[in-house]
Amino acid sequence: MAARKSVKKPNVSAEELTHYYREMLLIRRFEEKSGQLYGMGLIGGFCHLYIGQEAVVVGLEAAAEEGDKRITSYRDHGHMLACGMDPDGVMAELTGREGGYSKGKGGSMHMFSKEKHFYGGHGIVGAQVPLGAGLAFADKYKGNGRVTFTYFGDGAANQGQVYETFNMAALWKLPVIFVIENNQYAMGTSQQRSTSSAEIWERGKAFGIPGEAVDGMNVLSVKEAGERAVAHCRSGDGPYILEVKTYRYRGHSMSDPAKYRTREEVQKMREERDPIEQVRDMLLTGKHATEEDLKAIDKEIKDIVSKSADFAKESPEPALDELWTDIYADEVPQENA
Amino acid sequence: MATEILMPALSPTMEEGTLAKWLVKEGDTVSSGDILAEIETDKATMEFEAVDEGTVGKILIGEGTEGVKVNTPIAVLLEDGESADDYQASSAKEEAPAEEAPSDEPAAAAPQKAPAMPAKVLEPDYPEGTEMVQTTVREALRDAMAEEMRRDEDVFLMGEEVAEYQGAYKVSQGLLDEFGAKRVIDTPITEHGFAGIATGAAFGGLRPIVEFMTFNFAMQAIDHIINSAAKTLYMSGGQMGAPMVFRGPNGAAARVGAQHSQDYAAWYMQIPGLKVVMPYSAADAKGLMKTAIRDPNPVIFLENEILYGRAFDVPKLDDFTIPFGKARIWREGSDATIVSFGIGMQYALEAAEKLAQDGISAEVIDLRTLRPMDLPTVIESVKKTNRLVTVEEGWPQGSVGSYIASEVMQQAFDYLDAPVITCTGKDVPMPYAANLERHALITTDEVVEAVKQVTYR
Repeated sequence: MAARKSVKKPNVSAEELTHYYREMLLIRRFEEKSGQLYGMGLIGGFCHLYIGQEAVVVGLEAAAEEGDKRITSYRDHGHMLACGMDPDGVMAELTGREGGYSKGKGGSMHMFSKEKHFYGGHGIVGAQVPLGAGLAFADKYKGNGRVTFTYFGDGAANQGQVYETFNMAALWKLPVIFVIENNQYAMGTSQQRSTSSAEIWERGKAFGIPGEAVDGMNVLSVKEAGERAVAHCRSGDGPYILEVKTYRYRGHSMSDPAKYRTREEVQKMREERDPIEQVRDMLLTGKHATEEDLKAIDKEIKDIVSKSADFAKESPEPALDELWTDIYADEVPQENA
Repeated sequence: MATEILMPALSPTMEEGTLAKWLVKEGDTVSSGDILAEIETDKATMEFEAVDEGTVGKILIGEGTEGVKVNTPIAVLLEDGESADDYQASSAKEEAPAEEAPSDEPAAAAPQKAPAMPAKVLEPDYPEGTEMVQTTVREALRDAMAEEMRRDEDVFLMGEEVAEYQGAYKVSQGLLDEFGAKRVIDTPITEHGFAGIATGAAFGGLRPIVEFMTFNFAMQAIDHIINSAAKTLYMSGGQMGAPMVFRGPNGAAARVGAQHSQDYAAWYMQIPGLKVVMPYSAADAKGLMKTAIRDPNPVIFLENEILYGRAFDVPKLDDFTIPFGKARIWREGSDATIVSFGIGMQYALEAAEKLAQDGISAEVIDLRTLRPMDLPTVIESVKKTNRLVTVEEGWPQGSVGSYIASEVMQQAFDYLDAPVITCTGKDVPMPYAANLERHALITTDEVVEAVKQVTYR
């Protein structure tokens, strides 16, 4: 008698799986649309797409509770959509319009939502790391039980301020989850060429911060690791590190031809590890959804994204008065300007 | 030969101290490394060790004596076979080393007292008849922080040595005792990191006060001050900002060399999103610090180590605040306007006093806050005096004075009877040698000379 193949059944409901599928697909389609609008000249400046990394934020948002905070770098569109920010407002910020989250004054790299506890959107590599620990500091000071997800890349992991922050976060037991989104390339420099350690999360050991490496192409693995990290932080044990191994399909930014890696490398990742395809397979093979069901979701997402693009095109440019607002919280007249 | 033991200088800016306690008595034999006495400065009590061996022949300054000047002989150490009777005080020692020009004295050598207050305070920030208390700038800053911490639970202080050590310059003395370790936080030596954490805490709804041991070290943190704290309100379309204070001593102390002696006033003044305060008097330090802590924006609060020990009248009020953007006229005058801020006010006021003796009446304005800057008060004064001299310790290119000069030229060109002179520190890194440092800093004589030049005297 043939041994029964033991398949580890994922501990997840059909609803949850469908939700992850929908969320990841929203990010993928939104980013494709952003790339398109960039090509049309409607989005300017720097624009860093999240395509390929969708499972990271969707998995971790599944582990978060209402009131938890998040902060990240300039590759931030996925984080904003995953925490529930309105695609219209995000897209209109990309086009620099009045209807954007920052009234058109922040752009792709600098967006925020106090309502959704999204603290940016930061353009300086690594700067969000102490800022995220500071948000956690405020939560610990207030004793409100919240945790902060502080995202940064494998490139930022070589900034000195990251380790200054590890030290203080461990010393003061701050409820912060350091999420290293390791997409293997710091702009055009591979991890092997820039980073002395193969496992970046292990650097936390020097500070007594526990952590783990996570398959960032698998949304369920990310969610489970996220739950361990959240439990650790919320119980008052201090920071936790998740090194999420992921991959970006596109260049560093829209202007990067990504000549530093082979087309085959990208293709192989897309074909074998794609986070959305993995969930799609689970839904279909587990008979949680039919092709028809998924088509309906695809259409629904496509509509949301089209609508956001329409909104972003139609929303007017900010009024010229906006140049002079939001410089000071008490709006001191800029008589010397 | 008998050796005189001299009152030691225990910090770069110490000029005198209290001989708190003798740990040896006449006739004791001491060897190098033995503790001789405890010396108290306004910042700390320190043990004073013997350098040579011998017998304590005579104690010249009794314990408990206050105001003992640095380099005063405090005891006599005898070698074998000498007797205390052989000792004759050498008066010559006290006079050396001779200054090349007395008027050229560095700021640090000035006595620890502020120039006299004007006969009447023009446009005071407090009601007439308010009781005044002599307070040092150091105590005024501490009192301001303590009052605001009592008023608002979300205010906390973090920085290097602010808690258990009681502050590297003793500005936070006593705060740990009153507010505890949750709100008075010693950080590791990691300016970039803790400035970022504090800014994040401000995003998260707290009201941090970040002490930089000196603003020289804030260059490690300047990315967070500017890119994170100053710009976020704008970048978020008004959704979130950083209500916080970055404070600490700024500018030259005394003999600490190039990397520890820089005035950052002009740097920070340039940044939209920041407010910049640089007080001179203790009353202004207190009233403006309280305003800074309540301000919903990031505030750069530039203090000065040499001013910490200076005492001024501070109004005795339960809640004394001074609004930003309001200059103070220290001295009215009709012949020329001198505009300054921070320690520059010392030279401005001394110069005005000297000029008065020569029959030149100078109006002296203390800007107090550099951003927002009270240019209308400066312009009004220039319309009256038709001449302007600015005074600061910072470098000349892109100075605060050059900004004021350009604004005055644009707004009051027709009122100027002479080109504006901007008195600044010299365009060099700060040298260590005492004589070179004196020349690198702005001097009172240079201010006097500038005013004479604009008044064609």
